[in-house]
Amino acid sequence: MESIQAFFFSNQLLIWLLVFAVLLGFQVISNVPTVLHTPLMSGANAISGIVIIGAILLIRQTEPNDYFALSLGFIGIILGMINVVGGFAVTGRMLEMFKKKKKA
Amino acid sequence: MSVNFIADLGYLIGALAFVVGLGKLSSPDTAKRGNQWAAMGMGIAILASLVYPLETTYNNFIWIFGGMLIGAIIGWIVAKRIQMTAMPQLVSLFNGFGGACAVLLGFIELFPLTTSTIAFPSGGLLIIILTIIIGAISFTGSMLAWAKLDGRVNDKNVTFGGHKYLNLFLLVVLIGLSILLLIQNNTAPSWVIYGLLALALVYGVSFVAPIGGADMPVVISLLNSLTGLSAAAAGLIYDNQIMLIGGILVGASGTILTVLMCQAMNRSLLNVIAGGFGSTGKSIAASDLGQVKEITINDTAILLYYSDSVVFIPGYGLAVAQAQKAVKELDDLLEANGVEVRYAIHPVAGRMPGHMNVLLAEADVPYPKLLDLEDANAALPNTDVVVIVGANDVVNPAAETDPGSPIYGMPVLQAWNAKHSIVLKRSMSVGYAGIQNPLFFGDKNKMLFGDAKDTMQKLISEVKSL
Repeated sequence: MESIQAFFFSNQLLIWLLVFAVLLGFQVISNVPTVLHTPLMSGANAISGIVIIGAILLIRQTEPNDYFALSLGFIGIILGMINVVGGFAVTGRMLEMFKKKKKA
Repeated sequence: MSVNFIADLGYLIGALAFVVGLGKLSSPDTAKRGNQWAAMGMGIAILASLVYPLETTYNNFIWIFGGMLIGAIIGWIVAKRIQMTAMPQLVSLFNGFGGACAVLLGFIELFPLTTSTIAFPSGGLLIIILTIIIGAISFTGSMLAWAKLDGRVNDKNVTFGGHKYLNLFLLVVLIGLSILLLIQNNTAPSWVIYGLLALALVYGVSFVAPIGGADMPVVISLLNSLTGLSAAAAGLIYDNQIMLIGGILVGASGTILTVLMCQAMNRSLLNVIAGGFGSTGKSIAASDLGQVKEITINDTAILLYYSDSVVFIPGYGLAVAQAQKAVKELDDLLEANGVEVRYAIHPVAGRMPGHMNVLLAEADVPYPKLLDLEDANAALPNTDVVVIVGANDVVNPAAETDPGSPIYGMPVLQAWNAKHSIVLKRSMSVGYAGIQNPLFFGDKNKMLFGDAKDTMQKLISEVKSL
């Protein structure tokens, strides 16, 4: 119990952030109509590419001769970037189709 | 102003843009801007991470920009070239890449432990382990989902009777290894680390293996949610708020979609994960249901052309036959004759959430013509003809009338309430749930056998000649 308390006190801001982010996430997306299920999923999928930030920070701190970390991080950046760029581009393409027909 | 301040402000603005973007993505009129907001948020966040002051900075920008350029080019080209019918596969594939990125990060962070003389803090180690496990499940799980959706892997070939026990066993060993690593910390033999990584990757495959067919919408949204969570866990490693917020938002949206998909099938998530429909229910034999009545192309064309209202109910068969454009062409011909044409979309029709909507959007069907489950069921009693294109279980009346049916309780489209129903189907084979559909044998129903696209094209030329 002691250690849990200590953890709570030292990470209070983080815990608040987590709780509110979860609530906010549910709130923002709770009433999405069926027609947007795929674009929402695909857009959210692109946002999950935010993990690329971790790869960038990691490489920036890696010693230039640590080729093991550099090359794995490099692959991580490629994969993350495919996720981000591909995800947003394909979502945009999908929504473009939804838009076109509204005028028609 | 310090660089630190600007970078932190960038993260904050990026996170806000994600929230605004997701919010706008929830409404058809603002969705396109929502996507742009989210993309802009990502751009700002990436810029901020490039300038963010770090304790030890080597930068290595050549590696970073090289990787970003390669990834961006691949992602862009694939996204622009892909066929809309291949969308479920593509979403899975991209999703898996995000998970893979998280695994790599976790592994790079964990690897120094093998030679470290000092122990990692337990909290930090736990977060790294979580990043690896969640990321690995999302990575290999998405890859298998991609292979299944792309038709490269047959559901039956990757699963077996007691698969859920194997999965349970793998999960227990995975947790056991994690606890061992947490306790032994830097004194743990290196096989524990490699074992953990390997097992997490294997578990992802094994986890998705027994789930397939019509349950794919649940799996895809669940994997999407897991990738978000792995990004959030990685955010904890780097003490980075925007990774945490972005990851949690994705986790939440994926969870909502997963729950929606489960509700649309009236099944629990556990039931879906365990794989397939239970064989507890006694299904009705085809012989008890009587004879089905067939209808000719010519009669169908006449029936459709001279009715007041027609509702199409598309299913996965429409996607397989790629018949969406043919359906739209028929729709135009009918509308020109004053027939009111609409579409009834079941939430789990197809292989990903909203699959039918995307296909019909590609064929330029305006989205106000698409009715969701509730509106469709309200409209069906006043509908002259329902045309069911490659759907089966989602129009099965047994879900409402037969408590012994495995799909009993699942909300379905009440096609039997329309004055006539016509079913476009290749054969009398059963749907994913493996049960007969009494609708097909009803008095008001007629069967039109053949490939959906082929049949549609014949109907089009028939209607034109009327």
